[in-house]
Amino acid sequence: MSMDAGGTEGQPQVAELESVALACRRAIVSMVHKAGAGHPGGSLSAIDMLVALYCTRLRVRPDEPDWPDRDRFIMSKGHASPGMYSILSHSGFFDAEELDSFRKLGSICQGHVDSGWTPGVDFSAGSLGMGLSFGIGCAFAARLDASKRTVFVMLGDGELQEGQVWEAAMSAAHHELNNLKVFVDRNRIQNDDFVDKQMRMFDVPAKWAAFEWAVREIDGHDMTEILEAIQWMDGVDTGPAVVIAHTVKGKGVSFMEDNPSFHGAAPSDEQLEQAMEELQ
Amino acid sequence: MTALVASRDGYGEGLMQLADDERVVVLEADLGKSTKSCRFREMYPERTFSLGISEQNMMLVAAGLASSGYKPFASTFAIFTERGFEQVRNGIARPNHAVHLCGSHGGLHTGTDGSSAQSIEDLAIYRTLPNMTVMHPCDDISTERLTVLLSALSGPSYMRTARNKRPRIHDEESVAALRIGKGHVLREGSDVALLACGVLVGEAMTAAEVLSSDGIEVTVVDMHTIKPLDSALVQRLAADCGALVTAEDHSIIGGLGGAVAELLAANCPVPLERVGVNDTFGESGDGDELLEKYGLNSDYIIAAARRAIARKA
Repeated sequence: MSMDAGGTEGQPQVAELESVALACRRAIVSMVHKAGAGHPGGSLSAIDMLVALYCTRLRVRPDEPDWPDRDRFIMSKGHASPGMYSILSHSGFFDAEELDSFRKLGSICQGHVDSGWTPGVDFSAGSLGMGLSFGIGCAFAARLDASKRTVFVMLGDGELQEGQVWEAAMSAAHHELNNLKVFVDRNRIQNDDFVDKQMRMFDVPAKWAAFEWAVREIDGHDMTEILEAIQWMDGVDTGPAVVIAHTVKGKGVSFMEDNPSFHGAAPSDEQLEQAMEELQ
Repeated sequence: MTALVASRDGYGEGLMQLADDERVVVLEADLGKSTKSCRFREMYPERTFSLGISEQNMMLVAAGLASSGYKPFASTFAIFTERGFEQVRNGIARPNHAVHLCGSHGGLHTGTDGSSAQSIEDLAIYRTLPNMTVMHPCDDISTERLTVLLSALSGPSYMRTARNKRPRIHDEESVAALRIGKGHVLREGSDVALLACGVLVGEAMTAAEVLSSDGIEVTVVDMHTIKPLDSALVQRLAADCGALVTAEDHSIIGGLGGAVAELLAANCPVPLERVGVNDTFGESGDGDELLEKYGLNSDYIIAAARRAIARKA
């Protein structure tokens, strides 16, 4: 599959994308179950955006993952690795059988996304709050190269508690980085509990707007809204743009939805069976 | 009369030497005037990125540039690089991005700013990171040369420079011979070897003069690279001299003294005395006053050398 032109031939229909997302959800739950560990909740909340980006927008080459002029996708919430591996494998960066080795010794599918191990991963994450800064460096480089390549970053909403995110937000606006686009996966849950119980974020869109970012809010599970948001981001040329995507942690698996205990836990055999029935 | 120079000026000059390489970019966190990257900024503003007072952000911005094929040189005070230590660990060293950090104002010799500005642990903490090269040159022209050599490294580095002026150690000929990872022998003698870095190289040379006048023959090495340690040289000197002294404006824990102690203990135990900051914080004062008060100047190196020699079997 070549994605040079930004997606496959012609724009895939929303129904096709939803079908890809469903397959990725099955892969996410399966690989976490097989590994006996991992982070299904934040992968399931992010996957619709990942599918939209990889299938319709990102200029990347699965057969040449280090192509220097590729668009960058920086998964800053690196625990959403099952989501990344599912879409990268779907996109042809590596065989689906690699997913079975997730978290195992020597696997290309490390516990947290790692550019040194996995074709198609642009950023080694796992420590929250660092990805946006890395994206700024990539955006500076694209500007120096006079390249039109775009840098996309995905942040979690719990991750916004890290001070470095706001150092980065300030500098991206100061440097008017119009080639930097951010998704915030606003799934309202972090490791220990709901975000509002751990550390209230108050008005997240207003915070970004106060940092002089262009801001838009969407339903992060509505494929049509996601595609429109990507188009909107691409049209923002004065500075950085952020889409606050309201999502449901664990989306698609009833017992994982809105359930803090599935931030970082694997389903049992029975739960796997139920999840697979629901993800049809 | 020997010229009085500050090693941080060599960093600024080194960046200027590298400027013809368009992949070289410079990052600052509001202290470019102090670290001396300001000279590059004035000439090449399009390749200089000001990040404001945000060291953690700067580390990852540098990593992003490196991942895109650029050669980032990022600087701030040594102590403030430490604020981004985990960023250096996870965002730079772990993915092995060739980001070159320069921490200026290292050590007690930084002086009147006081203990908050006097990093005495930077060499130790960066030395623990896989992939990292760790350096602390002793004067302006060696810093300039080593900065230029850094641009050919394929992995990350940390280089500490010093704020205040001291007598220049090197000349054109000795600078041309410098290699990252290789200690530079400044004088040879068979009774004891003094391994020093940074401002204490000059103190070690003074100590050697005094000891020599007492009939003690001393080797002095500019150990500008702490990691990778020049283990072949250290082991040769252990064999030839039978007693070693390390000297650094840094904690005696984990820096040059720690690295040499680890090597000797595992390979060729000989008497070792470590001159350094003895597990305490500094204070405000003139740089030379602080070297005296905290036991780092040539008098203390002389005493350490005599102790090491006395301990020989």
